Amino acid sequence: MTASKATTAQAGTPAASGYRSLSMPMRYLINAILVVVFLVVGELMIDGGVVSRYQTGVIEQIGIYIILAVSLNIATGYLGQLPLGHAGFMSVGGYSCAIFIMRMMDVVGVTARDFVTGSPAAVGLFVIGIIFGGVCAAICGLIIGVPALRLKGDYLAIITLGFAEIIRVVMQNIDGVLGFTLTGGAKGLTGIPSYTNFLNTFIVVAISLFLIHTMMKSRHGRAILSIRDNEIAAESCGVNTTYYKTLAFVASAFFAGVAGGLYAGCIGVMAPAKFGFMKSIEILVMVVLGGMGSMLGSVISATVLTILPEALRAVSDYRMVVYAVVLILVMIFRPEGLLGDYDFSMSRVIERIMNHGKRPEDFAPATTPAVEAVATAVASGAPSATTEKDTGKEASTHE
Amino acid sequence: MAMLSVSDLAVSYGAIKAVKGISFDIDEGEIVTLIGANGAGKSTTLNTIAGLIKPDSGSIKFSGEELVGIKPHKIVARGLALCPEGRRVFTHMTVSENLDMGGYTRTDAENKETLELVYEHFPRLKERMNQVAGTLSGGEQQMLAMGRALMSRPKLLMLDEPSMGLAPILVDEIFEIIQALNKNGTTILLVEQNANMALKVAARGYVLETGKIVKTGTGAELLVDDDVRKAYLGG
Repeated sequence: MTASKATTAQAGTPAASGYRSLSMPMRYLINAILVVVFLVVGELMIDGGVVSRYQTGVIEQIGIYIILAVSLNIATGYLGQLPLGHAGFMSVGGYSCAIFIMRMMDVVGVTARDFVTGSPAAVGLFVIGIIFGGVCAAICGLIIGVPALRLKGDYLAIITLGFAEIIRVVMQNIDGVLGFTLTGGAKGLTGIPSYTNFLNTFIVVAISLFLIHTMMKSRHGRAILSIRDNEIAAESCGVNTTYYKTLAFVASAFFAGVAGGLYAGCIGVMAPAKFGFMKSIEILVMVVLGGMGSMLGSVISATVLTILPEALRAVSDYRMVVYAVVLILVMIFRPEGLLGDYDFSMSRVIERIMNHGKRPEDFAPATTPAVEAVATAVASGAPSATTEKDTGKEASTHE
Repeated sequence: MAMLSVSDLAVSYGAIKAVKGISFDIDEGEIVTLIGANGAGKSTTLNTIAGLIKPDSGSIKFSGEELVGIKPHKIVARGLALCPEGRRVFTHMTVSENLDMGGYTRTDAENKETLELVYEHFPRLKERMNQVAGTLSGGEQQMLAMGRALMSRPKLLMLDEPSMGLAPILVDEIFEIIQALNKNGTTILLVEQNANMALKVAARGYVLETGKIVKTGTGAELLVDDDVRKAYLGG
């Protein structure tokens, strides 16, 4: 599902001769086709009744957790920070999206039924609502990120944790204290129309993954990765580290808000208690389990960890034990996560097939015989001259 | 007019004064070295010039313009590159990706050109183009760090301990490259503990001791100076 990855098209790298690669439009086309195929198959299965209503609900939740995990991965895996307040951004997005849609329904004349049938006005309202949720979360991300990103590691973790708690408490008490009828307080926000379905969840997931992937493959993404690798070096390369840290953090919050918006429509009730500390940890576990910095890892672990508790309902007395044991085993045997920082690329697989299983590296040496000659000359010639100099120097110091 | 002129620069880490009011300048085309023992304030000076640390007082003028208070990424864009101590290559990226990062402030077309130049100076990097930088040897990482700094097309290149932890053969190779870069027109500010090598290639040198400049002179003068020999060159 991840979009194509440019393995050979790095600036300045001569394309290895004889290596057949896919053009960028071709790569996008292949991935677009795959996405559509998945979507159609999913829709058909749901319409045909192969997948039950309950299972559809679980699938929607998987999609929501995929966005949450992949968005948190921007801040943890790619930027290398450890924020613990992802549930806070999710709740901001969820509340703002749900409230926006509920208030606007009367204004534009959309009923709850329209979301099921999918009238154009309802679809429009959904799109604007989701984006509104994301933007609200992103603004919170900016407000929290600017002061928080001055800190690192444990300190950042604690400050973000604190902010998420503040958000939760605000959601719980804003109505009572300020006399609004906005969030519904501790009882929660009820009567949210079920505007989330398989189709729009799938599309939002696909778009989110595409945007995050494209961002990380761009020049901006490279800058973010360089900060994780070595902040001082990144700074001395001319990367504006403050800007990019904030950008990554805000992007992370934005997509968490989008996921929150979907979540509100999927569950139908927003209660502040759902967005506590444990929710943030749950999302973090998905990222760590999948492998920090691996998008596919986040997708897989979000899927598995959402299905696992549901699948284990039959043995509900033991399911948390199994869940915990799975986590411990993975961390013992794969401390870097299931996939480490490996990322899957469909185009790369197709290229391998086109080239009969050879990798681009297998072609590389053939292109640079001249360079090799120079290199060997340097390796063998120059040092031998310096060795003499060195021994001479040693002799003189011994005198 | 000097290309870089530092005057009365004072830097401290909390209560500890690392640099206590130093002044020096570098003319275009020179190799200038700052030598001194551990903790003399050499790296602090370089990091301050690069904008990574804010000084307490003093001024740093680069081509007549004040650098104090300017963000590090803008200083790089002005033509001043730092090759930081301990190499600090991006270990998870390949050699060519590292070099790409070095040219971050430049356009792709410029980078393509500079890359050829860097590969000319460091043929070994071209050989290892697709290798992940973390798997390079110490010497190769140093070359990569230097190549990466060069990618920003600096007018002034600041090298912080390029010989640190390298085998003598490699130290010689690195210093040959430093001289070659200088011949091609890059002005170099070199910080070294290996005073012997540094003074041999440098036009001028400054000796730093606990945050102050205690001696200055041409490389050749300092090389034969009694105090310098006693303190840094082992008699």
